[in-house]
Amino acid sequence: MSHQLPILVPVLLLIGVVIVPLVGSRRPAVAHRLTVALCGACFAIAVALTMKVLRHGPIHYALGGWPPPIGIEFVADPLSVFFLLIVTGIALLVLAGSGPAVTRDTPGRTASFFAITLALLLGLSGIVLTGDLFNLYVFLEISSISAYALVSSGDARSGVAAFRYLILGTLGASLYLLGLGFLYTVTGTLNMADMATRLDPTAAPVHIAAVMITVGIGLKMAMFPMHKWLPDAYTHASSTATALIAPIMTKVSAYVLIRVLFFVFGAAIINGALPIAKTIMWLSVAGVVVGSTMAVAQTDLKRMLAYSSVAQVAYIGVGIGLATPVALAGALLHVLNHAAMKSCLFLVIGAVEPQTGSRNLSALNGIGRKMPWTFAAFSAAAIAMVGLPPTGGFFSKWYLVLGGMAAREWWVVTFLLVSSLLTAIYFFRLLEQIYARPTPDSSSIEDVPLALRFPILILGLAVVFFGLSNTRILDLFLRGALPPGMVIPG
Amino acid sequence: MSELLQELIVDRWAYACTILLLSVGLYGIVMKKNLIKKLVGMNILQGAVILFFIQLAYKRGGTVPIYDVAFGHQPEHYINPLPHGLMLTAIVVSVATTGVALALLVSIHRRYGTLNEDELLRKLREL
Repeated sequence: MSHQLPILVPVLLLIGVVIVPLVGSRRPAVAHRLTVALCGACFAIAVALTMKVLRHGPIHYALGGWPPPIGIEFVADPLSVFFLLIVTGIALLVLAGSGPAVTRDTPGRTASFFAITLALLLGLSGIVLTGDLFNLYVFLEISSISAYALVSSGDARSGVAAFRYLILGTLGASLYLLGLGFLYTVTGTLNMADMATRLDPTAAPVHIAAVMITVGIGLKMAMFPMHKWLPDAYTHASSTATALIAPIMTKVSAYVLIRVLFFVFGAAIINGALPIAKTIMWLSVAGVVVGSTMAVAQTDLKRMLAYSSVAQVAYIGVGIGLATPVALAGALLHVLNHAAMKSCLFLVIGAVEPQTGSRNLSALNGIGRKMPWTFAAFSAAAIAMVGLPPTGGFFSKWYLVLGGMAAREWWVVTFLLVSSLLTAIYFFRLLEQIYARPTPDSSSIEDVPLALRFPILILGLAVVFFGLSNTRILDLFLRGALPPGMVIPG
Repeated sequence: MSELLQELIVDRWAYACTILLLSVGLYGIVMKKNLIKKLVGMNILQGAVILFFIQLAYKRGGTVPIYDVAFGHQPEHYINPLPHGLMLTAIVVSVATTGVALALLVSIHRRYGTLNEDELLRKLREL
């Protein structure tokens, strides 16, 4: 039974995609409950899978009984279960409290909305579990197409934002597929593990394929300067869609980059004839600075958080580009931390917007006294974004800086620290408004309903918990999740 | 340089066509102002990738990959069926993407009455 656990998550979600619209078309509340139940089941499977993998090593599942490399293979190793836990966990927390918000934002289409979120999760869980490069492309497009639909469910401008996202996302996927064609030509296989043993690090097609795949996935990941679609998409999508897509979508693209660059290509190719890792590093450093600077200049809360997403994803890119064990561990840790803090921040903004009627920064004046619990969690996440101890954000940035120093990239270290200061500017400005400014008298603002306050509080606590237990997470997950040949000393 | 060009055009003309199609598609996506034309550019780009894979499968003198007593078990007589199978899936993905894109365009046109990017941006700014 246990060797079938990897396939169970996508299969369960696929069943949900079919059943939820059937059952929920008349009764939206049932659609919501069913979706949350499925997410809960998937999270439970992910936990069981994680325990099995950490105890007994990777689990391989051959689809249809065809042994790899002929057939498609699902592989659950420490890296993929780490991402699977993040995807299912965040989805469970975000969707659990957002039933009323979805009914409000997409009236009459609640069941379809939840069906599409399940399709999104199906794609994302498939990406992290598959061991086949073409299968990865299919799951990548399943998740992306669902994301376009979710983005378009927002305000009046969301359609245009979704169309722009669709064109760029498809361009990225096409580049990935083109690169895959090169790899298939020179190796004759699509299985990741099999291909890793057959690649010739000096062959020109391999280098070209590496560049195409990096650019294609970079588009999906919103790597600078290919991040233009992200601020619009995140700003205009409905609050639930943003809270779901922002924390996990770009992170799973980062997973694809890590998986392909380090597990399939390997260090000899990405540091070889073409300096791919170095290029990713410098583009990401630029992304960190530009994203943070743009975030300071915004007055719309969601747009500010969207630009800060560009910067935070770029932090992960810096870790990938540095390509040292400690930096990569920092990048993975930042995936976890950023997923928790961004979903917390977007959930709070999404919950506050209908009450204050505005997404402007001034809408938060003195709101900390009206909603003490919600904004306690918000503050924890904000402090983690800046990167102050004891929150998780501090430790992931700390590992990134350590990795940068080990690689003797002093400019990278400098820019990371400068960006932290920029992040401090916009989040401390926000905290000052929330707590120090007087509350407008006329406002009849109440705290968020309990069903939504609970996930927000869990995420706020998680941000601090991830920080306090960072060495445990490192020992338990990340040491095993690093690519072959990479070891963290100590 | 001329040797390279000769190899590309005379010996590898199919790849040259792929490059041409990719460029046309990219041009459409980047330069065209009409969103429908952008979508057409995207479709041409996807078509180029699909044709690229089909070329990979081709063998001179190869036949359909169904067992034939005349050729026996020698794989060099059969074209490679796998890229065709992959591209069948890629075509499905492409159709789904185009469907979502067209649905988005219908809703954009209904709301703003235009699909020209410049006009659209102006109307969005006034919103």
